[in-house]
Amino acid sequence: MSVVELRDVSKVFEQGQTVALQGIDLAIEAGEFISLIGPSGCGKSTLLRTIGDLVQPTSGTIVVNGKSAQRARRDRDYGIVFQDPVLYDWRTVAKNIALPLEMLGWNRTRRARRVQEMLELVELGGFEGHHPWQLSGGMQQRVSIARALSFSPALLLMDEPFGALDEMTRERLNIELLRIWQETSSTIVFVTHSISEAVFLSTRVVVMSARPGRIAELIDVDLPQPRTAETREEARYFELVTAVREALAHGGADRIVEETL
Amino acid sequence: MGLSLGRAPRRATLLLVVLGLLWGLWEGWRWVGMHFALTWPFTVDDITMPHLHKIVQALFQPAQVNGPWLLDILWHASLFTAKESAVGLALGAVIGFAIAVVVSQSRILERGFIPYVVASQTIPLLAIAPMVVVGLGSKGITDWVSVCVLAAYLTFFPVTINTLRGLQSADPRAVELMHSYAAGRWRILWKLRVPAAMPFLFSAFRIAAPLSIVGAIISEPSASIQGGLGGAIVNFNQYYSIEPQELWATNLIAALLGIAFFLAIVGAERLVVRRAPEHVA
Repeated sequence: MSVVELRDVSKVFEQGQTVALQGIDLAIEAGEFISLIGPSGCGKSTLLRTIGDLVQPTSGTIVVNGKSAQRARRDRDYGIVFQDPVLYDWRTVAKNIALPLEMLGWNRTRRARRVQEMLELVELGGFEGHHPWQLSGGMQQRVSIARALSFSPALLLMDEPFGALDEMTRERLNIELLRIWQETSSTIVFVTHSISEAVFLSTRVVVMSARPGRIAELIDVDLPQPRTAETREEARYFELVTAVREALAHGGADRIVEETL
Repeated sequence: MGLSLGRAPRRATLLLVVLGLLWGLWEGWRWVGMHFALTWPFTVDDITMPHLHKIVQALFQPAQVNGPWLLDILWHASLFTAKESAVGLALGAVIGFAIAVVVSQSRILERGFIPYVVASQTIPLLAIAPMVVVGLGSKGITDWVSVCVLAAYLTFFPVTINTLRGLQSADPRAVELMHSYAAGRWRILWKLRVPAAMPFLFSAFRIAAPLSIVGAIISEPSASIQGGLGGAIVNFNQYYSIEPQELWATNLIAALLGIAFFLAIVGAERLVVRRAPEHVA
């Protein structure tokens, strides 16, 4: 069964009549790791937000877990991670992770147990009493991931989660995210600017083009699992990186042709 | 925290140096004014600028023959005014906070209501004091309660304005995050907006705390209260041209009370607001 199904989804922003998304058709299967990649302004973040019912599409239908996006949001079917960790300064690491659990009405002992599991999952054991500002950027983002996963949502939406981090931290967190993805067997939709990140992480890459935002190409990533640092050195990896790069260039070329017409 | 041990003596030294400088400035100005017989901006003499040591001395002398020390009188007056101000501040804080929370729920409510909140502060306290005193008095309510109400009238304003800004200061993505948890309006208010507003709330309290004392002092004469600092000021006003140091000493005590209130707020803020060190003023 598809976890997410988008049919002919379009989004026009009132201000300036910007067509953010046009005619998006996409089905995401359970357990997939999907990356949305494209130039700035191609609507990849908007697409992610429409799946999360944080932005309403102008037309088209969105089905999440067999129900409307709004129903899915109300049922807390997904967890979300933004580019910035968006942690609450006044809460400790443990209490930040417990925030969605409080919303779900979990009692204290159950929350505490889950927070411990999550801290282990993101390898932050011992930091539960720290406040966000006492952690590095990479650690903050791991807290944010732990918070999104704490209530075991089937779907994880990630909007450039590692975009603000340095290259080394990013590569380490990439491998950690893949481990978490396999341990929790969740479905991930991942927005990124980075071609190598998209190829390394995904089972499928959705290449988008800008103005209007639409899907230019779908690329299956058939690299074997589990992926390691060595995956980045395989010939197939480079082929796929090239394929995504060309698809991006092609999407851009299409746009130039359209504009000259 | 290990630094605070070394910081305490340094702070004490700084305080003494500043006090010394202020003392030197006062006495220096006095000396220059009297020596050159300055008449601008005001004539300097024993009435307008008594020696500082005389003001301090006055505290340790009886205000009336065979009466208690002035300090003793002012200590009790301060306690009385402090009680009125504290209740007034608490009342103003609760009302101010409540108005902000209600008004923050709708743009129309905010636009429609806030101008009246602002207008309320353009009416001088002296103009509404008799209404409050007579109004509450006719209901048989003790006179010092009307002073509290008047102090609250001054203090609710900065609390409302700052809380409103604070409630709106929450990160839009944090709001999105709450939406993703299917959190309703009230959940978002209590779990996100109110905690995010706490630093704003405390900067309002820093303004409101000394304001509550000013409010109480100004209102006491209207309520015919003799036992507070306001009563003491009215009383010593009458003797200003003969014994100015008593009024000056009263002002000094009123200022110290204001500082004590301010520091109490700063202390409470340290306990309540958990923020990155650069956010803690």
